[in-house]
Amino acid sequence: MSITFKVNGKSTAVDVPPDMPLLWVLRDVLDLKGTKYGCGMAQCGACTVHLKGVATRSCMLPVSAVAGASITTIEGLSPDGSHPLQRAWEDLDVPQCGYCQAGQLMSAAALLAKTPKPTDADIDAAMNGNLCRCATYLRIRQAIHQAAGSPGAAAGASGSGDGRTP
Amino acid sequence: MSAKPGMARREFLRVTAVAGGGLLLGSSLRRGGVTRALAAESAAEFMPNAFIRIMPDGMVTIIAKNPEIGQGMKTTLPMIIADELDVDWASVRVEQAPLDATRFSNQWAGGSAATPINWLPMRRVGAAGRAMFLAAAADTWGVPVAECTTAGGIVSHAGSGKSLPYGDLLSKAATMPVPDLEKVALKDPKDFRIIGRPARGVDTHRIVTGTPLYGIDVTVPGMLYAVFDKAPVFAATVQSVNLEAVKALPGVKQAFIIEGGTVFNGLVSGVAILADTWWAARKAREQLQVVWHSSPTEEQSSAGFARRAAELSKQAPQRSLRNDGNVTAGLAGAARVVTAEYSYPFIAHAPLEPQNCTARVSGGKVEIWAPTQTPDDGQGLVSKALDVPLADITVHITRSGGGFGRRLNNDYMVEAAAIARKAEVPVKLLWTREDDMRHDFYRPAGFHHFTGGVDAAGKVVAWRNHFVSFGNGERFAPSAGLGATEFPQRFVPNYALDASMMPLGVPTGPLRAPTSNGVAFAVQSFIDELAQAAGKDPLQFRLDLLAAGTPGEGLNAARMRGVLELVAEKSGWAARRPPRGTGMGIAFHYSHRGHFAEVVQATVTRQGAVKVDKVWVAGDIGSEIINPLNAENQVQGAVLDGIAEALGQEITIEKGRTVESNFHQFPLLRLVQAPPVEVHFRKTDFPPTGLGEPALPPVIPALCAAIFAATGKRIRSLPIKKHDLTWS
Repeated sequence: MSITFKVNGKSTAVDVPPDMPLLWVLRDVLDLKGTKYGCGMAQCGACTVHLKGVATRSCMLPVSAVAGASITTIEGLSPDGSHPLQRAWEDLDVPQCGYCQAGQLMSAAALLAKTPKPTDADIDAAMNGNLCRCATYLRIRQAIHQAAGSPGAAAGASGSGDGRTP
Repeated sequence: MSAKPGMARREFLRVTAVAGGGLLLGSSLRRGGVTRALAAESAAEFMPNAFIRIMPDGMVTIIAKNPEIGQGMKTTLPMIIADELDVDWASVRVEQAPLDATRFSNQWAGGSAATPINWLPMRRVGAAGRAMFLAAAADTWGVPVAECTTAGGIVSHAGSGKSLPYGDLLSKAATMPVPDLEKVALKDPKDFRIIGRPARGVDTHRIVTGTPLYGIDVTVPGMLYAVFDKAPVFAATVQSVNLEAVKALPGVKQAFIIEGGTVFNGLVSGVAILADTWWAARKAREQLQVVWHSSPTEEQSSAGFARRAAELSKQAPQRSLRNDGNVTAGLAGAARVVTAEYSYPFIAHAPLEPQNCTARVSGGKVEIWAPTQTPDDGQGLVSKALDVPLADITVHITRSGGGFGRRLNNDYMVEAAAIARKAEVPVKLLWTREDDMRHDFYRPAGFHHFTGGVDAAGKVVAWRNHFVSFGNGERFAPSAGLGATEFPQRFVPNYALDASMMPLGVPTGPLRAPTSNGVAFAVQSFIDELAQAAGKDPLQFRLDLLAAGTPGEGLNAARMRGVLELVAEKSGWAARRPPRGTGMGIAFHYSHRGHFAEVVQATVTRQGAVKVDKVWVAGDIGSEIINPLNAENQVQGAVLDGIAEALGQEITIEKGRTVESNFHQFPLLRLVQAPPVEVHFRKTDFPPTGLGEPALPPVIPALCAAIFAATGKRIRSLPIKKHDLTWS
């Protein structure tokens, strides 16, 4: 059965079982490897994509549910890594192992699209479904503030926070 | 791990011209100390541990030989070379090396060891390269070398105003005498331009743009996707399975039994399902019906271990690991005697990228793509399991989505190779999260039974720990042992460390700061109990204890006092006046050559909910913080990792199998729980050491001490979530 939807602005048709989760269609059929598998039960957020602009876990989402819909993955967040969040992530050197960061970025991008100047409480709510096993959370929070140009960016959440040792 | 001790080695520099007019520099480790002219050496006799390639356009490529698991070594080690070479960091590109024992050594990631092992060798190879460019320029200009200087990849001569970039000196440099690596002049640290300054990870851009980097991202033409079903009871073997039914399911191409042994870090029995997508294989597995042979491990459980540990603690210890002075007499003469039992559970590594490996076996050759901390150990396992010579096994090292010690074991690598050989097609094996959590090499549980005595002046005069752990009576299970010099040995005149062991059928292994991540909780918490008995402040009591020691290997009392004093100052320890329900705790621990002291402030609601408010860290890892940007990240991550372990992590064994299966039962820390972590380094005149692990252990006892200060309740077993912390 052929299912048609848009990925990163491009119309795509796939012939896969309708219950195949979007994650595996993206990774193994469309060869978009940026979206990651972490838990398979929407517990970790590594598989986060945008479905009609909303941050959505793709690991439990049957591909049949996105027929006709528009999907954005990390590969489509910006053409060249220039999304303000990607720039902030790089500037603060957020990643350690980096495996969760595509999902973190997609959740953060959905937040900023709706709430351009998020408070810490907004960030808590929007990012709580994304696990980082390396626990880079302090920089994730700081990078979201920095990308939003909000006051939290300067002080950061990480105490000494500027990446330099005293 | 893969360190090869006992082999006399001397470093040499190897210089080779490369196509395109470039120059290749490699420091080499030659075994056995046989000296021959460099020119007569064949490549096979060298074990180069670093390579620099410099091209005429001035671009410098530095090969990163070690696996990158999130610890930052793919950036840090090249920084060290680049600084001594005296090139701009912006002109450096970093390439990941494959496993190659003929060219590299110590290609593994673990034990926070890469920095101490590589600090001098990386500096020397960079410095030798710089020396050759200096010599080449001086020769070109006919001036003394001593009058020439370098900066940013350019040699200059102040007297004549001449300068030449390295890229223009390549052919001349290749003819210069090769410096003796052990005598080459190193930079004065005050002249470091890259070391000690923040550098972003060399893969950060690729990570934030979703570029394929990890093992799970590997694709090989013609490959099938595999799942591998192993017995829920560790290393139980297949008795029967409905293979024919599974083979008929959509997308399934093959299904077969893999016979295996009983060594956990090897090939164990299971059923492989191969399909044209991973989802099809994973879905077919739902229809798999395996009957497993019964195993004596079915008798084992976490509850049973706890019961048996309590019994053993009341009996004479099976072994004495250390006995200094006379503990019985010391306790008899003590003013106050305290006894307490501490325990912690099994926990899992749960790296976010589940175990996976891609393998191709064809024409007697094996090719592997794997996220691994020990590619050479994995190669050895594959060689043994498939009976293929090491030379015919290629291992490509991918970036790892976390390591934490899990990928020191390569069970998934040997599985992928065995499946690919039997299938006769390339195979990408991917474990589910449930496989990962239920087939880990767990941090072993541990049970500590302390008796300690303080004299009338509040000094610790006697300390006994009867440690009940796992093993066969002679040897501890992996990562389940304690060293005879475990703190406070050397610091208490009458000290005994005794041990008893229980047999274990559950795989165990190193988890970030192995041993330390458990014993620091027990020892530092008991020190707080002794401080309370002595009527002393927990900080002063620790400073006094450290002052009472005798010199020895490992923990350096002056360095530890230094970080304790620093963290006390930064956290405002002396002036602390927290409101009821809020408390501060302090602890220290030495591990992996690092000295760390940490203060936690935590608040406990009347309903017993714990919130960590803030953590202050003071660390001493020597004279240089090579990459401060990464260093802060590593320390913050380690501290938050420790908080997650303490608050809620537990792996429960029932009937020889793991109960927990996924993150809903094994909680990692979430963003909302992450407190600010203020990181301070105290630089001391010791060689720089590693940072992946030593910041983790102290946070656990410091958090428990903060909870005690807030509520008056001692946490003597982990995880904290199992305790009723309500107060009124």
